[in-house]
Amino acid sequence: MGNLEASIVLAGVGGQGTLIAGKLLGILALKLGLDVKVSEVHGMSQRGGSVITYVKIGEEVHSPIIEDGTADYILAFEQVESVRWASLLKDGGVMIINNQQIESLPVLMGQVEYPKNIAESMRKAASKETKIVDLDAFDIAMEIGTSKVVNIVMLGALSNYLGVDENIWKEAIEEAFAAKPKTIPGNIKAFEKGREAGA
Amino acid sequence: MKEIMLGNEAVARGAYEAGVKFVSSYPGTPSTEITETIAKYDEIACEWAPNEKVGAEAAIGASIRGARAMTCMKHVGMNVCADPLFTVSYSGVNGGLVFCVADDPGMHSSQNEQDSRNYARAAKVPMLEPSDSMECKKFTKYAFELSEKYDTPVIVRLHTRVSHSRSIVHLGDPTPITVKEYTKDPKKYVMMPANAIGKHVVVEDRTRKIINDCDDDLNVGMHKIEYRDTKLGIITAGAAYQYVRDAVPNASVLKLGMVWPLPKRTIKEFASRVDRLVIVEELDPFLETEIKAMGIKCEGKELFTLLGEYTARLIRKRLTDKPIPKSAFDVTELPLPPGRPPVLCAGCPHKGLFLALHRLGVNVMGDIGCYTLGALPPMQAVDAVICMGASVGMAHGVDKATDGEDSKNTVGVIGDSTFLHSGITNLMNAVYNQSKMTLIILDNSITGMTGHQQNPSTGYNIRLEAAPQVSLEMLCQSVGVLPEAIRVIDPVDTYEAQKVIKEELERDAVSVIIARRPCALIPTGRAVKGINVEVDYEKCMKCGACARIMCPALIMGKDKTPVIDTETCNNCGLCVNICKFDALKKGGEA
Ligand code: SF4
Ligand code: SF4
Repeated sequence: MGNLEASIVLAGVGGQGTLIAGKLLGILALKLGLDVKVSEVHGMSQRGGSVITYVKIGEEVHSPIIEDGTADYILAFEQVESVRWASLLKDGGVMIINNQQIESLPVLMGQVEYPKNIAESMRKAASKETKIVDLDAFDIAMEIGTSKVVNIVMLGALSNYLGVDENIWKEAIEEAFAAKPKTIPGNIKAFEKGREAGA
Repeated sequence: MKEIMLGNEAVARGAYEAGVKFVSSYPGTPSTEITETIAKYDEIACEWAPNEKVGAEAAIGASIRGARAMTCMKHVGMNVCADPLFTVSYSGVNGGLVFCVADDPGMHSSQNEQDSRNYARAAKVPMLEPSDSMECKKFTKYAFELSEKYDTPVIVRLHTRVSHSRSIVHLGDPTPITVKEYTKDPKKYVMMPANAIGKHVVVEDRTRKIINDCDDDLNVGMHKIEYRDTKLGIITAGAAYQYVRDAVPNASVLKLGMVWPLPKRTIKEFASRVDRLVIVEELDPFLETEIKAMGIKCEGKELFTLLGEYTARLIRKRLTDKPIPKSAFDVTELPLPPGRPPVLCAGCPHKGLFLALHRLGVNVMGDIGCYTLGALPPMQAVDAVICMGASVGMAHGVDKATDGEDSKNTVGVIGDSTFLHSGITNLMNAVYNQSKMTLIILDNSITGMTGHQQNPSTGYNIRLEAAPQVSLEMLCQSVGVLPEAIRVIDPVDTYEAQKVIKEELERDAVSVIIARRPCALIPTGRAVKGINVEVDYEKCMKCGACARIMCPALIMGKDKTPVIDTETCNNCGLCVNICKFDALKKGGEA
């Protein structure tokens, strides 16, 4: 049993595995004997749109939605997405940014420019108590061998802040990927690497 | 056993635990996963129907024969099956019969924001509204009992946030599937005037009895009263209950499980015990109107909007003076994030067709599906979208409004699944009434928008077993389209497509053009790994034409020459077709 209480936002681009990461956090909460709600918006996710998943963990969770200034953690799977959802983070929260850039069509078409030095601007605009962590989750994932594990690298980084035992995390990973046992070692490795990089 | 489940999965689990024998539905976000999950329980007969009316009628047949049956749909699907719903309310059931409908406040993926509760009242059918996954399971299971106990179909109403949120569900043991005896009973099942007149009396008595039973025992309606501070009392249901609990944790709450019919005595009693009564409900003032009609003073839509989804923040703002939580960032200091609109996928077969239509500059009566995205830039090739199947009817209407004249510059565009859903009757009508319209069927061999479900033209059933396949050509011919006016094209060849469309626009009869190429996301349409388009930079004139097709795999480099993202390119060849300077070459070709 744990006494964790956390509102976590997973923000990314369709296809980056935010849904699976959300599911995994759900399993983690279940293992801790806690209540949990994971809310996702389906529909346009396969079509390269921006996607967001809310995870709320606690003794008793009501609304599945996380509102402005109430997220304890934001995992931004892509740089621009960290800016898009920044207002959700509470004063003193932790923002974990994957330095990957995925240019959206307006950028590719040259209609707008992709903002430069995002992590730096974020640091400047943040309150003193707010923590910003950035890591190269995509590169780490590619070192392991597949971009598919970016989501688990990100969870590894988050694990430094949630105060949940590493072994419980690993059990949750094994459970989440039980249907594809071959992918478990890669995901465990991704978790460890992410934990290292995000410390 | 505890498990984390989507609301939709929990509905399926509830039906399974209730011993449901048969489920027939048409996919529609946010309801699709219910039936997909049902398909994983081998013992349940489960199918995709071509539309919601068909699904409902099949479920009704199974119920009359004595099996527990269910049909699931999105809110607009309820419009399609309203006809059988209103009359099965009269006949009642044999095996429990459940309609599950998922509303989409906020219109995450819908064309309107209608409130299905109005159907429960209009059809005089009880409606249950769960607020999380656990209740999804519990209420669905209970809906079958309720249905049999009161001899009525029962509606379970979901919201996007309930359907698509995961929360903890306690699993129970399934009731074994049983099919009850069937005895002929025309007075009950044959709804012609002489019988229906008597049945209407039964229906009104039934509603009164349910109200009474709910008032005597809150569990009958799954109602819950939580008395806390009585200065503020709130009546709410479903997803809104969760927002209320976060926003005003000390308020007293009457949480309605059954939102139709309403427990009058219970509501009166609750109202009398609180100082201020507020009704919190998304969309229509449904509860509010009913409660006001009971002569009870309350506040509702003067505080809250008729539009969109609610949040705890909104409710807090209206009902308390608590400060708004402070955000971590001074967002005015942050750069403006570039938009990330949804796009048609790399290799999407619809793209070429819309490009051809864009070039032709014709008017396009559109329909519901991925191809609705053809209305967005850069194609902007769609003039009107109303509902499933309407493209065909609208194109025919344009023909009639102009005595056939505008059929020379108007097409209807519809997907294969949508065509079989409700386009075919429109086509029959157009032929019968001697229209000159041109219809383009985008046959991508799947129901794409809702996440790739099978349909009668794909050759597979819901469990991906081989199934008989409708031939679109023969179907169109059988309703009277001339064989020579049925043309099959590959939408990637945009110039050929343009030519064929032009020819058919000129024809003085109904034409059907089938633009056939499988969706890029299903196995038959997916690219062979490692084969993709190549760029010959010596030939490239930097004209930018290929960029305008907005393929996510074709990125414009700094020097205005294209770069192909080999991970995403589907090798469909559309860009090759577009390039006038032979600078692009399909992979795998000599
Ligand atoms: S259409 Fe052909 S010539 Fe024009 S930019 Fe693209 S590749 Fe170059
Ligand atoms: S880059 Fe060309 S061939 Fe590849 S998916 Fe896009 S349009 Fe098709």
